[in-house]
Amino acid sequence: MELNLIFFYIFAAMAVGGALSVLLFRSPAYCAMALVGTFGFLSAIFILLNSEFVAAIQLLIYAGAIMILFLFVIMLLNLRTDTAFSLKWSFPKLLGAAVTMVILAQMIGAFNHPSAKIGPQGKYSPEYLAEQGAVEIIGEILFTDYVLPFEVISVLLMVAVIGAVIIAKRRDTGPGGDSGGDSGGASGGGEGEEP
Amino acid sequence: MIPVSHVLTLSAVLFSIGVTGVIIRRNALIVFMCIELMLNAVNLGFIGFAYGMHSMTGVMFVFFVLIVAASEAVIGLAIMLAIFRNRGTLNIDEINLLRW
Repeated sequence: MELNLIFFYIFAAMAVGGALSVLLFRSPAYCAMALVGTFGFLSAIFILLNSEFVAAIQLLIYAGAIMILFLFVIMLLNLRTDTAFSLKWSFPKLLGAAVTMVILAQMIGAFNHPSAKIGPQGKYSPEYLAEQGAVEIIGEILFTDYVLPFEVISVLLMVAVIGAVIIAKRRDTGPGGDSGGDSGGASGGGEGEEP
Repeated sequence: MIPVSHVLTLSAVLFSIGVTGVIIRRNALIVFMCIELMLNAVNLGFIGFAYGMHSMTGVMFVFFVLIVAASEAVIGLAIMLAIFRNRGTLNIDEINLLRW
């Protein structure tokens, strides 16, 4: 029982350290690797919190897919001439950081207030999850209560993929324009080309 | 039993680190990484609530937040590629076409 708590504090300290190194590292590649580490420690914390499914998809999607995408973009962009690690503390930055610290203090105060009692309310206790199987329960809820958001989010994913392809596509807008000019002059394209 | 308030405190700390990164960093890619960090901190809060309240709603929300984060990352990185191709920089102080 106590071992659980000790591991939680260890992983929490490491996750905060990783997040701080994302904040303070100079190179974007180092920041990406620190973020991968942070996601790994967070998935360990998810396992400690009885959410093995979320830990698995966290590792697969975040640390596996999204961060690889980040590393590919860092590799493609050749940011060496674009260093710009200007941690000059101008007044707006300082003000923003101060406001963030105030909000953090307020959140911590609210979460640790003695009136904030979060007790067990649902029926999904750890014993019940261990007996029924957590992934099976998640699948059952996902395809009964949350089936409409599930379908909508699949449409969202498809729109995101199509949009990413269209945005990142290299447009060859040279002097030729679109290559379908010979399909008929009535399409309004023969305005300023021939003279 | 891990206290739920400690999980929520860790979530708040990670979220604040993400907000600070968005404010003080000038590289658009690192700003984007900090946004991902903020999304993950919120996920941790959801899991903490689901753990403390013996509920499954938090796990469902984390599932959907993950998918939205994935599509957001794909679109955002495509936009950054396009910006870098057109402007040659990712310094968000120099990308000021829409500034008034």
